[in-house]
Amino acid sequence: MTSLQNIDVRWWILFVLLIAFPFVATDFFVLQVGAYSMILGIISLSLMWLAGYGGMISLAQITFAGIAGYTLPILGFNTQDVMGLGWPWWLTIPLALLFSTLAAAFVGAIAVRTEGIYTLMITLAVAVTVFFFTRQNYTLFNGFLGYAGIEPPTFFGIYLRDPTAFYYLVLTCAILLFAAVSYCSSSTYGLGLQAVRDNPRRMRALGFDVTMHRIFAFAISGFIAGIGGILLVWFNGRISPSVIGVDIVIDILVIAVIGGLRAPIGPFIGAVLFVLLDNFAIDLIDRERFNTVIGIAFLLIVFFSPDGILGLWEKYKPKPRKSKSESVEPVSNPEPAE
Amino acid sequence: MRTWVGKNPITVIAILVLVAILSLLIFTVWPDWLVDLIGRKKTFVNTLLNGLTLAGLYFLVASGFTLVFGLMRNVNLAHGSMFLLGGYIGYEVAERTGNWFMGAGAAFIALAIIGALLQVLVFRRMQGDDLRQTLVTIGISIVAADLMLAAWTGTTYQFDPPEWLFGATKLPIISAIRSNGTAVMISYPTYRLTVLFVAVVVGIALWLFLNRTRAGMMIRAGVNDREMLSATGVNVNLVFALVFAVGAGLAGFAGVIGGTALSIAPGEDVRYLLASLVVVIVGGMGSVTGAALGALIIGLAEQFGLAYFPTYGVVLTFVIMIGVLAFRPQGLLGERQ
Repeated sequence: MTSLQNIDVRWWILFVLLIAFPFVATDFFVLQVGAYSMILGIISLSLMWLAGYGGMISLAQITFAGIAGYTLPILGFNTQDVMGLGWPWWLTIPLALLFSTLAAAFVGAIAVRTEGIYTLMITLAVAVTVFFFTRQNYTLFNGFLGYAGIEPPTFFGIYLRDPTAFYYLVLTCAILLFAAVSYCSSSTYGLGLQAVRDNPRRMRALGFDVTMHRIFAFAISGFIAGIGGILLVWFNGRISPSVIGVDIVIDILVIAVIGGLRAPIGPFIGAVLFVLLDNFAIDLIDRERFNTVIGIAFLLIVFFSPDGILGLWEKYKPKPRKSKSESVEPVSNPEPAE
Repeated sequence: MRTWVGKNPITVIAILVLVAILSLLIFTVWPDWLVDLIGRKKTFVNTLLNGLTLAGLYFLVASGFTLVFGLMRNVNLAHGSMFLLGGYIGYEVAERTGNWFMGAGAAFIALAIIGALLQVLVFRRMQGDDLRQTLVTIGISIVAADLMLAAWTGTTYQFDPPEWLFGATKLPIISAIRSNGTAVMISYPTYRLTVLFVAVVVGIALWLFLNRTRAGMMIRAGVNDREMLSATGVNVNLVFALVFAVGAGLAGFAGVIGGTALSIAPGEDVRYLLASLVVVIVGGMGSVTGAALGALIIGLAEQFGLAYFPTYGVVLTFVIMIGVLAFRPQGLLGERQ
């Protein structure tokens, strides 16, 4: 994985296809399907990183994204006459990422004091609390309305809200993060994290700091989610509590689980499917019942293929090739309870 | 109990002092300096009662949740949906029959059946796989919320409590003394007091069930050591189904109570799920007494937060949860796994 030659040719094909996409697709597909699904994919990627390699399911990823998203209009510009300190983008963007990273590290520090299912409960409690807080607080978060009129900065005269420009911005972020997560998972730290996932007790006995591995994993996930959050507010041009509501928390989980938690490509597959369903379910079923459809799809996946679409692919793909990524294969069955 | 008192003199003294201060605050007429400091006594007592009522409601919801978790390690994130469904079913039945009690009973029974079915048909298939079970409950709650929205729309429903519960009860608590010497008593809505009463009754019943019956003994044994219980020849699956039925039934019953004291509407499922989560995290997973303590703390914190620092009320709950996790990750009354 160290040099470009080692990358499978199929990735290059996918890369070229993604680059070429805006030339053949309409603006709607470029922005509402392409860019949007990659943004959701990035946020879900932060969950996949935590769950797949760290064995910790966090339901607060959209909350970290929201913290980064809220930082921009609060410190930068908005049209709401609340806050909006007018700081320049080169200050607000790093601060937004810093806040989401710190928030994630903080939540991680609380959550890793307990194990397994507790992490999920605590992060869910955090997510819901932040949602209610942003909705009630008008001085900082402008309550129910949230902020509008959030513009991305202009580089070299390129207006980033132009569909094609924005698509390439999101694509760049997605590819960089995808590569970073892939690289990180096979780094010394990433391997240590996976070992902690598989057997924390043994790692502790070997002298590894299990807690710090986990908290650091949370911090990284907060950073990834923060980038997704910034892209999301630029995409929407606004942010309000409903963006970080419980249904979105669940959406992110659904995307990650449907796509598969075993490899970084999973969340992106899940996100594309989710967005396509979201946009075109209207033709198949009543638009109102979208949640029922997505919920049932989610249940089916959990029932029959716990590893998501990726798991199905692994099961039915053309046989003879032997998977070469065996060393980093996440283990489907973590250590027995207790 | 005796030994516990002997072992924890400081805790006991702290509790006694707290009780003394509280009863002083409740039963005496407040001097002016105190009113200047923290506002009128009426606000304080009403907030206290609101907090207790809410705590009662939270206990009803959370006790089922913690019971299920304690025995099966199953975090039922569809618990909020069960609360809401119980409320709707109870409402329909109460409307048709014109009898509130029929509604409450129907909600309990319907949800108990649904809970037992879920355990038998779904969760038994993935015994021991906590994460998958939890994901399934999330999936169920998504579908359930959407179907309930389709069936009962987005309207807010509120029950009419039985007639004799209307009105307010005068409490033997003096709020202030008028200039002519007559005392003003504090009155409080009767049905809210009833909620509190019901919660206490359910709590006691649950305690008796767990500590004095054979089934309860099996459940407690299962909480401590599931494998050992099945090794002694007990049909563990039956016990599991029973506990799930009781837990879900309590959630449904709480839906009716909650719909009477407050109201039910889409979105309430999440609110009560969050409440249950925080209550059992604070109180300790798997402990019914812990759920009672947690409900008391969270209910009071929420109401006092709402009354005395409105925008930060939610944060107070959160701070309590963080504080507990920082010092006792297993919860106040939880046992270390």
